[in-house]
Amino acid sequence: MLDNAAQLSRRGLTPRGTLLCVHGNPTWSYLWRSLVAAGSDPAHPWRVVAMDQLDMGYSERTGTFRRLADRINDLGDLTDALGLEGPVFTVGHDWGGAISLGWALAHPQLLAGVVLTNTAVHQPSGSKIPPALQLALHPAVHGWGTTTSDAFVRVTLALARPPLPADIRRAYMAPYRGARRRDGVGNFVADIPVDASDPSFPALEGVAEGLRGLAVPALMLWGPRDPIFSDRYLKDLIGRLPQADVHRFEGAGHLLAEDRDIAEPIFQWLAAHTGPDGPRAGNPTDSGEFRPLWSLLAEQAAGPSGGETAVTEMAPDGAPARSLSWRQLERSILDLAAGLRDLGVGKGTRVSLMVPPGVDLTVALYACLRLGAVVVVADAGLGTRGLSRAVKGATADFIIGIEKALAAARVFGWPGRRISVGDLPQASRRVLGVETSLAALAKSGTGRDSGRMPDVEPTAAAAVLFTSGSTGPAKGVLYTHERLAAMRETVAKTFGIRPGARLVAGFAPFALLGPALGAVSVTPAMDVTAPRTLTARALADAAAAIDATVVFASPAALRNVVATLGGIEEAGHQALERVQLLLSAGAPVPEPLLVEVQRLLPRASLHTPYGMTEALPVTDISLEQIQAAEAAAAAGTVEGAGNGVCVGWPVHGAHVAVIPLAPDGTAPGSDPVTEAGMTGEILVSAPHVKEAYDRLWLTQRESADLPGWHRTGDVGHFDAAGRLWVEGRLAHVVTAPGGVVTPVGAEQAIERVDDVRLAAIVGVGPAGTQAVVAVVETVPPARTPGPAAPELAARVRKAAQEAGVKVSAVLVVPAQPTDIRHNAKIDRTRLACWAERVLAGGRRGKP
Amino acid sequence: MLGRTGPCWRPSGKAMKVLVTGASGLLGRAVARLLVRQGHEVTTFQRRPSGVDGATDVRGSVTDEDALRAAVQGAEGVIHLAAKVSFTGRAAEFYEVNVEGTRRLLRVARDAGVRDFVFVSSPSAANSGAAIAGLGAEPAAPQRAHGDYSRTKAEAELLALAEDDPGFRVAAVRPHIVWGPGDTQLVERVLQRAKRRRLPLLDTGAALIDTTYVDNAASAIVAALHRMEHIHGKALVVTNGEPRPIGELLAGICAAGGVPAPSWAVPGGVARAAGTVVEKLWTWAGRKEEPPMTRFLAEQLSTAHWFDQRETRKLLDWTPEVSLDEGLARLAEHYRS
Repeated sequence: MLDNAAQLSRRGLTPRGTLLCVHGNPTWSYLWRSLVAAGSDPAHPWRVVAMDQLDMGYSERTGTFRRLADRINDLGDLTDALGLEGPVFTVGHDWGGAISLGWALAHPQLLAGVVLTNTAVHQPSGSKIPPALQLALHPAVHGWGTTTSDAFVRVTLALARPPLPADIRRAYMAPYRGARRRDGVGNFVADIPVDASDPSFPALEGVAEGLRGLAVPALMLWGPRDPIFSDRYLKDLIGRLPQADVHRFEGAGHLLAEDRDIAEPIFQWLAAHTGPDGPRAGNPTDSGEFRPLWSLLAEQAAGPSGGETAVTEMAPDGAPARSLSWRQLERSILDLAAGLRDLGVGKGTRVSLMVPPGVDLTVALYACLRLGAVVVVADAGLGTRGLSRAVKGATADFIIGIEKALAAARVFGWPGRRISVGDLPQASRRVLGVETSLAALAKSGTGRDSGRMPDVEPTAAAAVLFTSGSTGPAKGVLYTHERLAAMRETVAKTFGIRPGARLVAGFAPFALLGPALGAVSVTPAMDVTAPRTLTARALADAAAAIDATVVFASPAALRNVVATLGGIEEAGHQALERVQLLLSAGAPVPEPLLVEVQRLLPRASLHTPYGMTEALPVTDISLEQIQAAEAAAAAGTVEGAGNGVCVGWPVHGAHVAVIPLAPDGTAPGSDPVTEAGMTGEILVSAPHVKEAYDRLWLTQRESADLPGWHRTGDVGHFDAAGRLWVEGRLAHVVTAPGGVVTPVGAEQAIERVDDVRLAAIVGVGPAGTQAVVAVVETVPPARTPGPAAPELAARVRKAAQEAGVKVSAVLVVPAQPTDIRHNAKIDRTRLACWAERVLAGGRRGKP
Repeated sequence: MLGRTGPCWRPSGKAMKVLVTGASGLLGRAVARLLVRQGHEVTTFQRRPSGVDGATDVRGSVTDEDALRAAVQGAEGVIHLAAKVSFTGRAAEFYEVNVEGTRRLLRVARDAGVRDFVFVSSPSAANSGAAIAGLGAEPAAPQRAHGDYSRTKAEAELLALAEDDPGFRVAAVRPHIVWGPGDTQLVERVLQRAKRRRLPLLDTGAALIDTTYVDNAASAIVAALHRMEHIHGKALVVTNGEPRPIGELLAGICAAGGVPAPSWAVPGGVARAAGTVVEKLWTWAGRKEEPPMTRFLAEQLSTAHWFDQRETRKLLDWTPEVSLDEGLARLAEHYRS
């Protein structure tokens, strides 16, 4: 048994409590060594007790078959013998999780909280036990696989991501050498209840049901790449312990304690739940009255313009394919909501929407929101792998999708009951496992008690959106109803979009906001998952269809619109000339592109708001303001103007500040400043900022460690006129010996060099003494990636030098690696790895 | 006013008696001249005339202990640059000059009451042939060093640093690839080969290499002599702190020398293998001129060699004064005149 009590008392440290750590099968107390070490740290002394269960590890071989109930009792006997005092936090892994929870339920007077890692207490109904366990339980395999041979032990250890070093693997194997020492391993597996007839079923059910009354703090740390305890068990546990803080370590697996540092998050969490500081302050929220996201939609439907068009979808031939009036829209939403409710969708139900923007998505989205369900909106812009990871992590209860999405759900094993958009043929329904369709649900819900929609709580979860994943795996971002409503208020007030406005939604996130703003919305004919497919013709047709006053389009879409200008006819030009406002967001929009767009939309005010999935929008700037800012930067008349992309002033209701950068490229301070010229991590505080990251407790904690602020992960500075200039991502800051280098300023300077289209600044070498490297995409593109010709290198180096950055090497690539969603964010992390390899003298390969 | 790191700075303005060995070479001459300019009393020791005005020139070899003993008399500081610097040659020669020569000099310097001893070493003393990207000065490792030059420099450095004590302070300074006008080691060789179209790029010429312009190397070495209380017992790598891809560097040197830059590439692995063979054959055949390719050269030209200069600059209270581009401009000026 590992117990640091003696060590703590020898060092005169008084523990703040006890961690009771329970391993599973076939590990042993060795699993918890990092917690024992961390508990002995004088900064946070905790007694850590980690025993080897009987018949396991180095404990006694009893010769008996110890079932779940026995093991829970064994643990109680041990803690009695130790005379353990509270507060006790249990920590469990694998089947040790169920045992630790059994102990927790039996010792309420000692229990202060529970920590769970990759475990389970219940087989979710309608699902089979995981194939890997089925195999281990199979009579033909069980005895040989678990006891006679060490296959089970080896296979479990092979689940580590990345693989375990040989010495650690040997340590895990050490107590299980010889078949007789492995009886416990075999019995443990055999004790897993598959159904109600198994002896340990009642004990496990007792634990599972008992949890529902357990009100103590809970932390769930999970490695999703686990063939046994996958996300569905996490979801089951969250359902039983809804108060739990959850963090999924994307990429980690079953042996989470080996794959990731769990000691640091656990001790941070303990401090948050036992320390004097108590719960942290949340974001400031508007004191105004809460009006749900759909309130203007409902008002329009009930008002005098209820018979007018609310939503329209364009067909590729340039004619409206489908339209609904405000009354029809409201009716459709309520009908579908009634149908969905009958199917079991209600408050907190997670519904993944995999439907392209248009009438169907609008109806489905608002129907779910009305029911208090949580919509999960993951788009194909994440790429297939990113999308799959996102969908699995969010563990939706239902998937509403077009046929392609449902096919992917089937192939990739996405969780959730499946609902198709249109009626599918019987054969497809069977193959795809589709229960019903939106059309069928709307029909069944028609005219039924639609007045009795539940009241939604302003603070209840409403939506999970996903970041684009250009800096690591895409993160789920959770919004509550009040924050979504605040987003609508911000957009309405900042851009003056009032009910009656008519907008072309060429950018998915805003397509959903149209009805909420009381604005008529049209979706142009395009593949919205690929912004660059929006043609000038499609845009003009859509604008003409509703006599649009507002256009939303991503920068990539604008680029294509400008490139396909020739396709517009006279009527189209006239329609575009009536547009008053253009909003383009998602990535920086180069000023020359805006100038070209202005020619197409001569009367429109062109705005390029800056924001992120976690806060949409943060600041706003118009073309004229961009030009004024650039002029100020060139003239050097305004302190702080220049070195970055000017994104303008904070939007309505938002506060923005920075935490200055330290020489190591981090932003460690705690005093937000707005001083001109001070570069730091950009913070935003606003009622429409995200509620939290979804199932990323640690990430959320880091992003919100300054009460009331969200850390954006972007770096930038203000100028003396109060404008914000974005200098890049915090993760992309280069730490050169002379000081930190933020990428954007030098990149802009390099992009002004003839023949250079896109530039990225990355660092190679150790932090603090990195060499600065410029990676450029040229016109015409280079045929192979590698070092730039000396002549080009000299020009690039000179341009960077004038922007204050000393470049060591210049590399060319045929095309910059960019994200799928925006087609604009360069994957600098990947470029840096490639540059490091090439510049070390390795193979040039591809970035 | 010149900054504290300027070439004319010296502590408390007091002149010092300094022996510089190997002052007929590019770097040795620059060091001796700088010391003279700073007003120190300089003795130079080497086999050929040093050509340093204002210094007392003593001719001799480090293989001759009596000559060394005579030269070091009265010196307070010693800067030891004399070495057999070559890509090829017989192992015994390298050992005799580089290891035994250093051992002799250390002995006579200590006997003569010298207080400070700067051993000018090479980063290759700690280099196993793998790429170096942003590392500091690793300990010298003769057993891992490639080639007789590196091995013997490593051994000599260990020997020298082992002698360090409060009464006889020893430090090692390792300038990386010193070049400049009048350089026969790198610049001339590159230009000669490029002229005959025998200079290939290894791989893509992307390997990031940091070099040292000769004036910077000299000012760093002199700074070392003045900062012994901070650096004795240590080895410091000195560079310009401006890593560049080797292809660009060679192109820059060629442009300065007015010859076309290399345009053909050889895979680094092939060059390293060929270098090993050529090196052996050349030595075996007793040829005196440098072979076209050696393993050492192939490694130098195909893998990254750049260093963390933060510690060096802090300890020496020194920054390089001549940038890489300024150095290339001076080189071009040299070849024009």
